[in-house]
Parts: sequence; C-alpha cells; structure tokens
Amino acid sequence: MSIAAKANALWEYANPRKFLSTSERVMPFFWMASAVCIVVGLVWGFFFTPDDYKQGSTVKIIYLHVPAALMAINCWLMMLVTSLVWLVRRHHVSALAARAAAPVGIVMTLIALATGAIWGQPMWGTWWAWDPRLTSFLILFLFYLGYVALWEAIEDPDTAADLTSVLCLVGSVFAILSRYAVNFWNQGLHQGASVMRTAAVTGADTEEKVSNIYFYPLMLCIVGFVLLFIALVLYRTGTEIRVRRIKALLARERVSG
Amino acid sequence: MIALLLRDLKLAFRAGGGFGLGLAFFLIVTVLVPFSVGPQSSLLSTIAPGVLWLGALLACLLSLDRLLALDWEDGSLDLLATAPLPLEAVVTIKALAHWLTTGLPLVLAAPFLGVLLNLPVPGFLWLVISLLVGTPAMSVIGTFGAALTVGLKRGGLLLSLLVLPLYVPTLIFGAEVARRGATGMETQTPLLMLAGITAATIALLPFASAAVLRINLR
Repeated sequence: MSIAAKANALWEYANPRKFLSTSERVMPFFWMASAVCIVVGLVWGFFFTPDDYKQGSTVKIIYLHVPAALMAINCWLMMLVTSLVWLVRRHHVSALAARAAAPVGIVMTLIALATGAIWGQPMWGTWWAWDPRLTSFLILFLFYLGYVALWEAIEDPDTAADLTSVLCLVGSVFAILSRYAVNFWNQGLHQGASVMRTAAVTGADTEEKVSNIYFYPLMLCIVGFVLLFIALVLYRTGTEIRVRRIKALLARERVSG
Repeated sequence: MIALLLRDLKLAFRAGGGFGLGLAFFLIVTVLVPFSVGPQSSLLSTIAPGVLWLGALLACLLSLDRLLALDWEDGSLDLLATAPLPLEAVVTIKALAHWLTTGLPLVLAAPFLGVLLNLPVPGFLWLVISLLVGTPAMSVIGTFGAALTVGLKRGGLLLSLLVLPLYVPTLIFGAEVARRGATGMETQTPLLMLAGITAATIALLPFASAAVLRINLR
C-alpha cells in the first residue's frame, strides 16, 4: 500500500461504526499489554533495582512520576492534533476523542504533581516550590480545567467541539509562552531533562544521567503508560460516541412520538 | 470603525456601571491588601508592584463579561456580524473600547494607589510603563474569552477560569518590569518580552476571537 493510500485508510476511522468495531477489537490487547508493562515495570523497578546512594528508596517514585508527566503533556498534544483534525475535516470522532482525552490528562497531571510533591518533601525539604517545571505543570492543570469546563458548559455538541478546539489551539500557544515566561521568572530546583537525553542514554556523560539500571524498568513503565492512555482514550471515546447516539435516538423518539 | 468605537465609548460612559466599577474594584483591592498583610511599610513597598499588577488584572477581568454580553442580548452583535465591517475589525474595536474605558483608567490610577502601598520612588515610572504596555494585551485576550463564553447563561465564572491561565505570561513579565524598576534593576528584557506579547496578541488573537464569535452566532 502506498503512503497516500495508507493515509486515506486512516480516515476510515472517522466513521463511528468502523471506529467502534476496530477499537473494540484492539482494546483488549492494549489493556493487557499496558497492564503487563506497568506491573512488570513497577515490580522490577520497586524490588529489583538498588536504592540510589543519595536518595535512598525515594528515587523509585520516578517510575510513576516520569511516565505520568510525559503523558500529561502528550495528552494535550493529542488533543491539539484531534482538535485540528476536527476543525479542518469535521470528523466527529476526532472531536469526541479530544473530549475523552482531557480528563485522562487531568489525572496524569495530578499524578505527576502529587508524586513530585511526595518525592520533594524528603529530598528538597518542601512539598511545593515555585520552580519553573512545577509551575508550568500547575498552569497546564488550569488549562485542562478550563478546557473541560467549556465542554461541560455548552449544550450544542458541535458548537462545543468548535469552541473547545479553538481554545485548545490558543491555549497551546499560551501554554508554551507560559513555559518560557516561568523559566525567565524563576530558576528552579527541578533537574533538567535527564531521561531522554541521548548522552544519558548512551552513557556518554556520567554527570546527571539516569543510569541503565533504572532506565530499563522506567522505559517499560513509560510504554505501559502510553498503552494505558491509548486504551483509556479509545474506551472513553467509544463511550462518548454511544452517549451521542443515545441522545440522537431520544431526540428522534420525541419528534416521532 | 470609528463610529463603532464612538458608540461603544458613549455606551460605556452614559450607561454607567462598567466604567467606574473596574476603578473602584482596583481601589478596594489595594486598600484591603494592607489589612491582610499588615501595615509595615517595608513589606508593603516590597509587594507593591505585584499587588498593583494583580489588582489591575483582576479589575480588568471583572469588566470582561460586559464586553460583548450587552450587544449579544439586544441583538446588535448579529447586526455587526452581517455588517460590511469584518468581524475581526469588530472584535478589535471592542477590545480597544474596553482598553480605553478600563485599561487606561487603571494605568492612570495606579500611581495614586502606589502611594497607598508605599511604592519606592523609581517604581512609579516603571509601574505606569509596564501597565501601559501590558493592559492592551489583557483587553485583547479578555475579548477572546468574552467571545468564547458570550452565549452562555452562567458564563461569568467560566470566563475567569478560561482567561486567567492566558494572562499568566503577561502578568509574569509585567510584574517583573514593575518589580525590577522599583528595585532599580535593568528592565529592558522583561519589558521587551511584555511588548512582544502585547504586539503578538493584538496581531493574532482578533482572528481567533472573530472565529469563535462566528461559531457562537451560528
């Protein structure tokens, strides 16, 4: 199949029926795989990696903190893409997927903030500091809240989808802007990117890298969280589609009755 | 465009309420701060730039729900949408009218309220400059928020929830200019960033506001 044909095949899932049947077929796989990855990753990470020589066992919260933080950001990215798809191609499934993803993103943001606070208390000696990364996550949380609140406030589904999509686009720009503004405003406690840096992965620098002992279970947890996120969004999107169908049925009944 | 601007200004002046309300709110917030943090003048002069910026921001926020709601209720917004003037221009004029009736008075009132909070002498100039540069951005962003929530019955609180995160960069850089100015540090970098945000929002956000308004008028 050529790339263009494949790209066309992707749009078939804009059909809710096709989306539901396929997502229901692949969802058990995602649930199982994510459960396996997270359980193995967490057990491996918690019980079979040594304690850090400085941080003791508190370092192990990384297996929840990093994947949750990663998904919190990527969830917004996914909402941005699906919002764009809705605005350009008017596929309802796309708008509903954005709606379905937002609460998952809120939970991920909260997990990242909470695990960070629990780790920060013994390590930094404080539950909260106005560090750039922490502050940006709090701001991201506010953006999620506003987005969900706008969805809930508007009754007409198409209007709601349009308005939240525009809010998502504008919000993304301002979220990035806030990230840099916050960086300017306060230098932080939080360490820099230490997981995804190539030098850290290849072991080229020994300074601040996350060593390989922690790296493999962490990767497993990240993969698990990605799969969990996909499964949750597929499930929730399916629910949204069915809610929409029920409303349509009820409306039809009222008209005919 | 000028006719629309004059109409909005006249309405704001003659109908009362919205115009003075923001200023009164600004005054009350500033007066309440010493009651809540204590009257030590050293503490007050430290927090004065930030408090004045926050007060101006909240006063601006307070007046946003009237920005489009009145025109929405009496139907003149529908007329404006079908007028030959593009909707982008309409929202820009609305934002300008909002700035002239809310932002500018706040800028002018800020130095007098600065006296109440024992603002250091070099801070007055920078406070006025930063507010003068920053408040247009607040009006334009606020117009976007108002356009998003215009059709909603209980939109007021939602409007705050949507607009406040968007105000974060403006507040950070604006308050930074005022704070640095008050302590005699260099202010160029945050001032340029603030000016950049204001210029970019004025240039780009009216398109988003107009798009949102079209959806709401559908």
